[in-house]
Amino acid sequence: MVPVSDRVAEILLDSFSRILIPGLTATIPLALISFAIALVIAMAVALVQYAKVPVLTQIARFYIWIIRGTPLLVQLYVVFYGLPDFGIVLDPFPAAIIVFSINTGAYSAETIRGALEAVPSGQLEAGYCVGMSYMQIMRRILLPQAMRSAFPPLSNELIALVKDTSLAANITVLEMLMATQQIVSRTYEALPLYLEVAAIYLLFSTVLTWLQGIGEKKLASFGMERG
Amino acid sequence: MAQEMLTLEGVRKSFGDVEVLHGIDLTVHRGEVVAILGPSGSGKTTLLRCANFLERADAGTLALGGESFDLAHATKREVAAVRKKTAFVFQSYNLFRNRTVLGNVTEGLIVARKMPRAQAEKIARDCLERVGMGDRADAYPVQLSGGQQQRVAIARAMATDPEIIYFDEPTSALDPELTIEVLGSMRRLAEDGMTMLVVTHEMGFARNVADRVVFMEGGSVVATAPSAEFFEHPDNDRVRAFLRTVGGEG
Repeated sequence: MVPVSDRVAEILLDSFSRILIPGLTATIPLALISFAIALVIAMAVALVQYAKVPVLTQIARFYIWIIRGTPLLVQLYVVFYGLPDFGIVLDPFPAAIIVFSINTGAYSAETIRGALEAVPSGQLEAGYCVGMSYMQIMRRILLPQAMRSAFPPLSNELIALVKDTSLAANITVLEMLMATQQIVSRTYEALPLYLEVAAIYLLFSTVLTWLQGIGEKKLASFGMERG
Repeated sequence: MAQEMLTLEGVRKSFGDVEVLHGIDLTVHRGEVVAILGPSGSGKTTLLRCANFLERADAGTLALGGESFDLAHATKREVAAVRKKTAFVFQSYNLFRNRTVLGNVTEGLIVARKMPRAQAEKIARDCLERVGMGDRADAYPVQLSGGQQQRVAIARAMATDPEIIYFDEPTSALDPELTIEVLGSMRRLAEDGMTMLVVTHEMGFARNVADRVVFMEGGSVVATAPSAEFFEHPDNDRVRAFLRTVGGEG
């Protein structure tokens, strides 16, 4: 057991609020706003593919191919450091929102598409046979079933996004990791401080996992027992 | 002869290079129960699905309650019109899994026909009573046996007050005991005068409930006859061969 010196204890205590506050003002808003936009993108991209809309389906596959096939960090650099070459200069925070939305949107689109395709085709046919239109069936029958099964993997993606926001430090967004780095550069206490910020990320993820559990209980189960 | 309710003419359908329906003609009269029999792969189910646009036929016409439709080229509006006049009972029930029993029956009434909820629920409860499922209105499909699910599917089909109900092997996924309860519901429906076109392997139903039998093989109608005549005096070699293989009910 390594004894924690009084100095380190004091630094940890002192830095806690200075790391947590950017967490609440940058990390969490960055994650939640990006995730909300990502869900809108994902829904549109999934629906286009499910309905096999010509041209738009190819565009959707291209989008997913590019985004999944390149590192998130590179995407951040392209938007923040690359776009100014075309006269598009973005502030760090909006640049991060755009990249995280587009990135998570691609992964979530695949999640939602998979969940939609897992709904048996008989559900669609039965809807047609009672006289409903495609959009009515989608909204009232297919999506409620698909979103129920997409909820756990989408929760995964939100938790992954919360941690990935740390990459925004690389484009000068003052979030938790950057706040920590600044304190480390003054105090040279790397290990305790990085463990401290890791613990705060863990705390955020734990809260989200707990919320996921509540959400799953609240979501309609359609009569299925869950153990 | 009673008025013609449904007439199919020259229905052709290919999957890839294989033509599975070689120009089918078939008529069902008002209040008549017609059973389509035949070996697996004879195109029975495909015919039924074409008659409801679940499959697009390559050619053929459908006359339904005095209106005529081009099976190959019908517009979206015409497809919707046909589907509002017909109902379909599937082999795998296909109840909406996110709706209760009651919700399954009211969905088409409220959403597609814009009926007030109270009126839709009254109709739905009445239909559920008629198939003996009135006491399970609040259950979800997953909580029901296959036979119960199929009876709810029949109630859902009745509720929209269709001119004809198509049944696609409604008991093929059920064990014998559950088959009996579903056939009972279908028999009562027939006695109430519902026009029914039934693809089935149930020889007892075809013989005792159906008015007429259409025998299909290899994508063509091989024989059609009143059901008593079909089973007692088959005048076709292939029908005789079929009846021998399905257990000598003939």
